[in-house]
Amino acid sequence: MSFAAGEHVRVRAMFPMGHVRTPFYVRGKAGVIERVVGRFDNPEQLAYGRSGDKKMLYRVRFAQRDVFPDTPSANDTIDVEIYEHWLEKA
Amino acid sequence: MSFKLPHDLGGEAAGPVDRSEHASAFWEQRVDAIRELTRAAKLDGEPLIRVDEMRRTIEGFGTEAYEGLSYYEKWIRAMTSLLLEKGVITTEELGNKLAEIDARESGT
Repeated sequence: MSFAAGEHVRVRAMFPMGHVRTPFYVRGKAGVIERVVGRFDNPEQLAYGRSGDKKMLYRVRFAQRDVFPDTPSANDTIDVEIYEHWLEKA
Repeated sequence: MSFKLPHDLGGEAAGPVDRSEHASAFWEQRVDAIRELTRAAKLDGEPLIRVDEMRRTIEGFGTEAYEGLSYYEKWIRAMTSLLLEKGVITTEELGNKLAEIDARESGT
């Protein structure tokens, strides 16, 4: 699935074994595509010595309060770079 | 059952970050040099050891080792593990070399 800047997305709440680069604290959280970063080799495969599995990488912006409820300011945000297979439309 | 590994601690209390600078020891510089060699070398057309493989191995050490080992201790352990996994060195060769160094250091 591909996304454009400004689209609302949700990080898939998956918890598999493996070399996952999607932090636990954003899994299941909703955010907005801040930018399309580009296509890169999937680190989940590179970690086991296999290259060639290219995936689109997105920078996703979250309201910090959505991620950590005790955040003092409603304006604070967190940006996390997340691969396409971890995102779905929100 | 959670597969949350010890590195993935965003949002948790983890104490202050130690920002003190320190000079590197000679053995640490050697570990750094070995890392550069394993990054540049190829095995079957692929980099011998990628950074992703290093991270995967270090994150798999378990919480106690992940939190207790120093930066370059993690590096040398991870490289040793990956070189064994890839068949570049054998456990027998590693054991023999360690015994040889022990003998040399103790002067016997």
